[in-house]
Amino acid sequence: MAFLEETAREIRKDIVKMIGKASSGHPGGSLSSVEILTLLYFEEMNVDEKNPRAEDRDRFVLSKGHAAPLLYATLAAKGFFPKEELQNLRQLGSILQGHPDMNKVPGVDMSTGSLGQGISAATGMALGGKIDKKDYKVYVLLGDGELEEGLVWEAAMAASHYRLNNLIAFVDNNNLQIDGAICDVMSPYPIDAKFEAFGWNVIMVENGHDFDQLRKAIEVAKKSEDKPTVIVCKTIKGKGVSFMENNAGWHGKGPNAEQVLQALAELEA
Amino acid sequence: MAEMKSTRQAYGEYLVELSNKIENLVVLDADLSGATKTNIFAKECPDRHFNVGIAESNLMGMAAGLATTGKIPFASTFAIFGAGRAYEIVRNSICYPKLNVKIALTHSGISVGEDGASHQAIEDITLMRVIPNMTVLCPADAIETRKMMDAAIAIDGPVYIRLGRSDVPVIFDEDYEFEVGKAGLLKTGRDVTIIAVGLMVGPALEAAELLKAEGISAQVINMGSIKPIDVDAIEEAAIKTGAIVTAEEHSIIGGLGGAVAEVLCEVAPVPMERVGIKDIFGQSGKVAPLMEKYGLTAKDIVAAAKKVIERKR
Ligand SMILES: Cc1ncc(C[n+]2csc(CCOP(=O)(O)OP(=O)(O)O)c2C)c(N)n1
Ligand SMILES: [Mg+2]
Repeated sequence: MAFLEETAREIRKDIVKMIGKASSGHPGGSLSSVEILTLLYFEEMNVDEKNPRAEDRDRFVLSKGHAAPLLYATLAAKGFFPKEELQNLRQLGSILQGHPDMNKVPGVDMSTGSLGQGISAATGMALGGKIDKKDYKVYVLLGDGELEEGLVWEAAMAASHYRLNNLIAFVDNNNLQIDGAICDVMSPYPIDAKFEAFGWNVIMVENGHDFDQLRKAIEVAKKSEDKPTVIVCKTIKGKGVSFMENNAGWHGKGPNAEQVLQALAELEA
Repeated sequence: MAEMKSTRQAYGEYLVELSNKIENLVVLDADLSGATKTNIFAKECPDRHFNVGIAESNLMGMAAGLATTGKIPFASTFAIFGAGRAYEIVRNSICYPKLNVKIALTHSGISVGEDGASHQAIEDITLMRVIPNMTVLCPADAIETRKMMDAAIAIDGPVYIRLGRSDVPVIFDEDYEFEVGKAGLLKTGRDVTIIAVGLMVGPALEAAELLKAEGISAQVINMGSIKPIDVDAIEEAAIKTGAIVTAEEHSIIGGLGGAVAEVLCEVAPVPMERVGIKDIFGQSGKVAPLMEKYGLTAKDIVAAAKKVIERKR
């Protein structure tokens, strides 16, 4: 099996194991963005696990900070810190807080957890890159429910106003938030037309779990001359674990020991 | 063992009861109705429950607008988002025009647990207390939660009710009476007064027992009404016991400790110690070890009591 697929599978297993161990955390939204992060960290981004704060590095901001287990599993797989640390998710004294802390975890570029704030910070990072005439890119991952936050659109307006073509946002369009389907709770649709109206390049990815589709979208995004780009990815919340898939109930709770075993068996199959 | 129940659970359940009596009551939430427990109300009264999505600023703005049409909105989300993200809307759209909005925020303090610092509001009492026209209440248990909701409805204006995530023992019984601006004397004593609020009331009572075993007579006051605060009760306690300890699951800056200190130095300056979060952020962890780590146990109150008594001499 190809390297990226294999890496994604290992990351999924780590997500399930660590949230199971902690008996708390957010499996659904972690599993839905695995391919996006795997591609970014193992193919796209210029990052150095030996020098996590290198000035010229590409940046990544997890605006949907509750998917911290995904970011931690990816950073550990990349070698930013030892994989054993993953066992300490959400434990007292651990570097792996419930939501990412940039001062505790090597490789985390921004502390997040309060929805909407990550894209705002990412916009500032992209502007900083422009001021310093650097050519790094800033990637940011948003939830589709997160798009309901007004701050997202304040940032979106600023990013196009300042022509931040170095800013590339992903929307994990898994169709669910905590209280149910996003169109039932508070519809953010149409997502593409909204971003277009805010002056962004919009790329739709039919299957956000397909590396080829994601790769093509990023290639186009990187060529943008004067606009930020959003890549809206259709995904499955809880992807890879049958009982979690498309189920809002698995947004923010840990699987029990038996469920962990079942999930791991499915992921290994 | 006392019955255990979280104040958020009591809130969700009592909303349903209130809705039968109060026709114009509406409830607003921001995609956290399962956690704030307003989903209990949503199930019974789907027409009067509005989920605005992940949009806390709009939650407060819409509550203000609804209040102008004669509704009595209860607006709920986590304390960090309702008091934090939406702060200026609460100030300018709810408190400045003195609109009849009840802001009931859950997941206050570090007893949020595993979600960590980003989700643990330790500043909300300070933030809400400092706004003119605002009333600030924080119940110690499920029964006080209900009494405070009644009291909040009796007020024509903004009220903040601070609620918690974790289960706490039910310490009051059904005939408990709560009055806005009045403290509750739970235990009389001579040597020191412990003034506690919210989930620190339990540990305060426990601390009084531990002190008694060492021959120290402590009195315990429940200050569920943080604003308006009971100036007379504080003055009386200061004069009688000559030493005050405050206990809260909140920053020691500007919360209950701050409010009591403001009163004390104006009306009856006596030595005082503040048990609370010492101007640092929380972190992820299980609730009991967190409370221990951040110095929020009966033991910590005992230590503060001894220290403050020492300072009397
Ligand atoms: C400002 C803010 N409000 C509320 C929350 C609580 N919260 C955490 S995750 C979540 C739902 C997120 O849904 P979505 O963005 O679709 O994420 P995903 O489906 O990818 O997990 C909510 C409301 C929060 N973290 N921040
Ligand atoms: Mg979603």
